[in-house]
Amino acid sequence: MSIKEDHSRFRDIVKGKVKENFRKYVSQGEMIGKRENDFVKIPLPSIDIPNFRYGPKQQGGIGQGDAQQGDNVGEPGDGQGQAGNNPGEHLLEVELSMDELAEILGEKLELPRIQPKGNKNIETVKTKYTGMAPVGPEGLRHFRSSYKKALKRYVTTGSYDPDNPVIIPIRRDFQYRSFKKITKPQTRAVVIYMMDVSGSMGDEQKEIVRLESFWINSWLKRHYKGLETRFIIHDAAAKEVDEDTFFRTSESGGTLISSAYKLCQQIIEADYPVNEWNIYPFHFSDGDNWSGEDTRLCTRMLSEFFLPHTNMFCYGQVESKYGSGQFLKDLQKEFPNDERIVLSQIENRDKILDSIKDFLGKGR
Amino acid sequence: MANLTPELERERVKICKIAKDAGLDCFETIFELITYDQINQFAAYGGFPVRYPHWKFGMEYEHLSKSYEYGLSKIYEMVINTDPCYAYLMEGNMLMDQKLVMAHVYGHCDFFKNNVWFGKTNRKMMDQMANHATRIRRYVDRYGQDNVENFIDVCLSLENLIDRYSPYMEKSSKNEASTEDLDRQASQAEPGLLRVNRPYMRDYINPPAFIKEQKEKMSAAAALKDQKFPAESEKDILNFLIHHAPLEDWQQDVLSIIRDEAYYFSPQGMTKTMNEGWASYWHSKLMTEKIMNDSEIVDFADHHSGTMAMAPNGYNPYKVGIELMRDIEDRWNKGRFGRDWENCDDVRERQNWDLKLGKGRDKIFEVRKVYNDVTFIDEFLTEDFCIRNRLFVYKFNKRTGKFEVDTRDFKAIKAKLLFHMTNFGQPIIRIEDANFENRGELLLSHLHEGIDMQPDFMTETLKNLQKVWNRPVNLITSMDSEGHLYRFDGKEFTEHKLSQPNLPSGNEGSNSKP
Repeated sequence: MSIKEDHSRFRDIVKGKVKENFRKYVSQGEMIGKRENDFVKIPLPSIDIPNFRYGPKQQGGIGQGDAQQGDNVGEPGDGQGQAGNNPGEHLLEVELSMDELAEILGEKLELPRIQPKGNKNIETVKTKYTGMAPVGPEGLRHFRSSYKKALKRYVTTGSYDPDNPVIIPIRRDFQYRSFKKITKPQTRAVVIYMMDVSGSMGDEQKEIVRLESFWINSWLKRHYKGLETRFIIHDAAAKEVDEDTFFRTSESGGTLISSAYKLCQQIIEADYPVNEWNIYPFHFSDGDNWSGEDTRLCTRMLSEFFLPHTNMFCYGQVESKYGSGQFLKDLQKEFPNDERIVLSQIENRDKILDSIKDFLGKGR
Repeated sequence: MANLTPELERERVKICKIAKDAGLDCFETIFELITYDQINQFAAYGGFPVRYPHWKFGMEYEHLSKSYEYGLSKIYEMVINTDPCYAYLMEGNMLMDQKLVMAHVYGHCDFFKNNVWFGKTNRKMMDQMANHATRIRRYVDRYGQDNVENFIDVCLSLENLIDRYSPYMEKSSKNEASTEDLDRQASQAEPGLLRVNRPYMRDYINPPAFIKEQKEKMSAAAALKDQKFPAESEKDILNFLIHHAPLEDWQQDVLSIIRDEAYYFSPQGMTKTMNEGWASYWHSKLMTEKIMNDSEIVDFADHHSGTMAMAPNGYNPYKVGIELMRDIEDRWNKGRFGRDWENCDDVRERQNWDLKLGKGRDKIFEVRKVYNDVTFIDEFLTEDFCIRNRLFVYKFNKRTGKFEVDTRDFKAIKAKLLFHMTNFGQPIIRIEDANFENRGELLLSHLHEGIDMQPDFMTETLKNLQKVWNRPVNLITSMDSEGHLYRFDGKEFTEHKLSQPNLPSGNEGSNSKP
């Protein structure tokens, strides 16, 4: 079956194993489509062989329906537009649950499964009603088993009268629900996203952060039930915001990264006891900090608080026209070969997948 | 060969007979029952079991299998234009679907056999493709996979630079044209001179000085024409490259393989709407009138309407094709054509117009024989039809960044459809000069029709062309309403704005000005 050869050749090209120069033609497809309805466009890599063709935007096409002039018709994309020699090109749009998606992502990035933090001595105690006991509070008295027991007593003693089935329970007929204590190892996790929203972070940079954090969330959710997320934005001062604001705000001004770290530390100390929680702080910035002084403060906070107390500290630096990108270099210098801090540089959209792999590939 | 189950074989025999009785004239058609994985594989190979090794088939296969696995799309039918005709049925489809597919396939098959635009295709393409594969595999063994594959990549990038109408011109016009020229020159006593009816006026009308001047002009023009190569602009760029580019033998062969296959697939693109319309017309007619049981009607309606559905943002050749076929049949049955019909503008009279001619069936058979999509739409798309089918044109709105409904004007719809179908909606590119600037550079021109080419693809394609031509390549086109000359010399890509479209050669094609 020669299609297998052609297929594996294609996979090799996509993975960049052969024909490095071809990587520029590889498009990963859209990662997120309409998120609200859980409609997701599946990433389907394809390689376009360049040829002389018209730009799609100018072209337009023919449609059918009752739409009024000026109505939006959506992206033409089902490949019907141009008659061609090909059997048909499809833009995949599938209804998939986030779980399935994360599975695909994990497979695609060859991500390892995360082992929840090894705090086996920290255990939650849960109570579960499992059986019956002859004593207990009245509130837990179980009518049906109490009745059954009384009925049995009547029948065995021969005092049961089918014509007058009155049953009067006595003390030892009563049954009460009893519970057991179950201990479970703790696997609670929180992700704290921090984003630099200073003037130098443009829309494209935020979009990259949005895409990346969306996928990080999807992956972590698979491993932790009830994953909590918190969002912090900062320029020269930091504040906590909800998810929506996190991705939409545009602030401007200087950048004091330490402000975000301080707030993050406060949040952790207030709400997430470090020995019970798996904590994943993510910080995205263009790497342009206000001063070396502030950077020193940041590294001190990292080594004193974050690194000892969190699963890992992730810093993603988005390339921007204005940012100097100094912060990443500072961190590299300060924490060489430190396993607990993960640094990743995101040059553009195409590097998002690589960056996610940087962050989550260690399986911590 | 045919491995149909007895049940399917019974249906096949029945449907074949029904199709024949209805007037369809097919090659012998061989159906094979295959699994979804096989069908994806065959589809990735453009319907053929064996193709030359290339990753693009692997990509197609991945796309098809993934979309099948996610439940997005499923290939119901596939039919190959060969004699005998091969068609595939997918294992596990319900019986109603299999019957539908068979009826549909007989429609295609009849079209392949009878439509003139398929007349020049190689009906033994199955063997030809296998031969191509063998040849290319041999080159792979000899010159290495990377070398051959890289060259195929380049060829595929130029694949669409063929002249789709050239197979239908009886002879290459070159020799004939020159003899014609000679004839004309011979018959005309003295070319370039004014005509003289009265002999005594000759010296006044054509004084000796004038004769001399004209002769010089003529010979200069002839010399220029001799210098220019190719003498006339050339649309079959692949053919030109095969003969004139400095290629090694194996490369020449690979390029000619790619060109052969491109020409083989070309009529399918040229008649997509008609072909699908014709097949859909027949499956619908035969299924509902002859083939189906009562119990199958709901599933049939479901699947048929699924295939015919047309989204607001996509042209569906099945839908437009079947509706046009039905419209033509209806119009010729009722005599709604010709001068009287065209001139009648009484709405009521038009509504009740029925001459009871009953010529519809004959007409659509004639249409399937001689038309292609361009002539089909040009002749049979009517304003009534556009209104009835609620067609519209959409375009990209720069301000909102979305595709929006633009107009329902009949002329605009027709123009847009024809535009999409002419040359498959691909830019028309020609070689103007292979010795541009007298330096052996290649000069191409793009016949600009109001739409710019996609710049990044254009750049990459030019680079690929340079790899074949080996000397610098140039392209004249228009971007943002201004003429540009793009040049790639193997290292550097340059771009000049053209002030005037007064570039070399008789370039009636390079309309750089809008």
